[in-house]
Amino acid sequence: MPANASDPASPENGRSDPGPVVRFEQVTKRFGDLTVLDRLDFEVAQNEKIAIIGPSGSGKTTILRVLMTLVEPNEGVVYVDGEPLWHKPANGELVRADEAHLRKVRKNIGMVFQHFNLFPHMSVLRNVTEAPIHVLGRSRSEAEDQALHLLDKVGLGDKTDQFPSQLSGGQKQRVAIARALAMQPKVMLFDEVTSALDPELVGEVLNILRDLARDTEMAMLIVTHEMQFARDVADRVVFFDSGRVAEEGPPSKIFSAPENPRTQSFLKAVLDH
Amino acid sequence: MGIDLLPTLLRGAGITIQLTLASAALALVVALIAGLGRLSPWKPIRILAGTYVEVFRGTSVLVQLFWFYFALPLFGIRLDAFAAGVLALGLNVGAYGAETVRGSILSVPRGQIEAGIALNFSAAQRMRRIVLPQAFVMMLPPFGNNLIELLKATALVSLITIPEMTFEGYSLQMTTGRTNEIFLWLLLLYFAVAYPLTLGVRAIERRVSAFLRA
Repeated sequence: MPANASDPASPENGRSDPGPVVRFEQVTKRFGDLTVLDRLDFEVAQNEKIAIIGPSGSGKTTILRVLMTLVEPNEGVVYVDGEPLWHKPANGELVRADEAHLRKVRKNIGMVFQHFNLFPHMSVLRNVTEAPIHVLGRSRSEAEDQALHLLDKVGLGDKTDQFPSQLSGGQKQRVAIARALAMQPKVMLFDEVTSALDPELVGEVLNILRDLARDTEMAMLIVTHEMQFARDVADRVVFFDSGRVAEEGPPSKIFSAPENPRTQSFLKAVLDH
Repeated sequence: MGIDLLPTLLRGAGITIQLTLASAALALVVALIAGLGRLSPWKPIRILAGTYVEVFRGTSVLVQLFWFYFALPLFGIRLDAFAAGVLALGLNVGAYGAETVRGSILSVPRGQIEAGIALNFSAAQRMRRIVLPQAFVMMLPPFGNNLIELLKATALVSLITIPEMTFEGYSLQMTTGRTNEIFLWLLLLYFAVAYPLTLGVRAIERRVSAFLRA
């Protein structure tokens, strides 16, 4: 991908700046001797829907976790909406961000996890309203109206008073999607959100995501093993291998005419199984 | 079994219950502070909390009691017997409780904290709204055990002249010599206090863990 030449000190809000909503610049992440992200350059345009595919251990989940501030990179800079995420400017250079800075930039990012991570001690409704009330400062009634709307959208408007332990995996994941949407992030991360589901429950979650991808303005970064789904929703498919982007392009190209031999053998393995 | 012994023993039981509740309240507060302190991002606080826990777990509660009552006055700090008793019992049980608090907090799955970060809760909000409510459910059964242990340990403060139930029993034995009756009453009375405490803790457990059975 051509490196975007936009100035790191570009305007803080992306509205006047058509630049990428996310930009990784030479980002490296190592776990001990293992290099999971290797001088990664990577961009996400506003409103772009990206499917990230690749063998396990290729670093695709780590991209999401670095963006969600769950994993701190060893080197490089990540920009969200023009602002450095893990660093903040001080006296003309970038220093390590403090918690206040992380919170300020992180509010643009939302995430749906493989294992849902719903709060088991809260009802479905409270799972969705807790952060809007206590993080965004919304009123309870405003937050509940929004939550009911979102829960309706994911087909769970009748489950508001249940606890997560009373729901199926697919229902849990749909609540988790509503919970993340309630924070209205600019970028939403989906980390293998159907991998922990029984096969018959995968469809209901993917259908929600298909609708969401069609209707929303947010950028979506979707790490997935569901190739048909990736082909359906993605503007761009990124094939990850050994911590780097090995190949990327529109779904039609990646799935029909991949050029990189690694992409070819990966797709052959997952599509033929 | 002589009913005539009861009024004196019941007066002692009242003091035993007061000691138990006051020490339990102190222990709970200290356990939460020290348990959280051991997980603090600041090293001096971790060391302080860790030192407290190790010192009070690693020494005898009886010796601690004597320190508060007999030794501190030598340094100019004079506590009345009840205060010394509550302090020794509360700080001792609190040290065990701190480990329960720490362990329970650590056993809340990492994914819960990550979800809290993803929703942009502050670190304090994550602890208060997400981690502690789930950890509390796990703390309760060991806390119930600690409470019963505490009740029984209150008998030790008879040694610093607090007229609690065991103290009254000893006194009656000296004056009346009716050893069998007195100690049988003491068994029954301790159980009569302990069992409702057990039931009470269980009721709280049921309430706060309702979401797990839902």
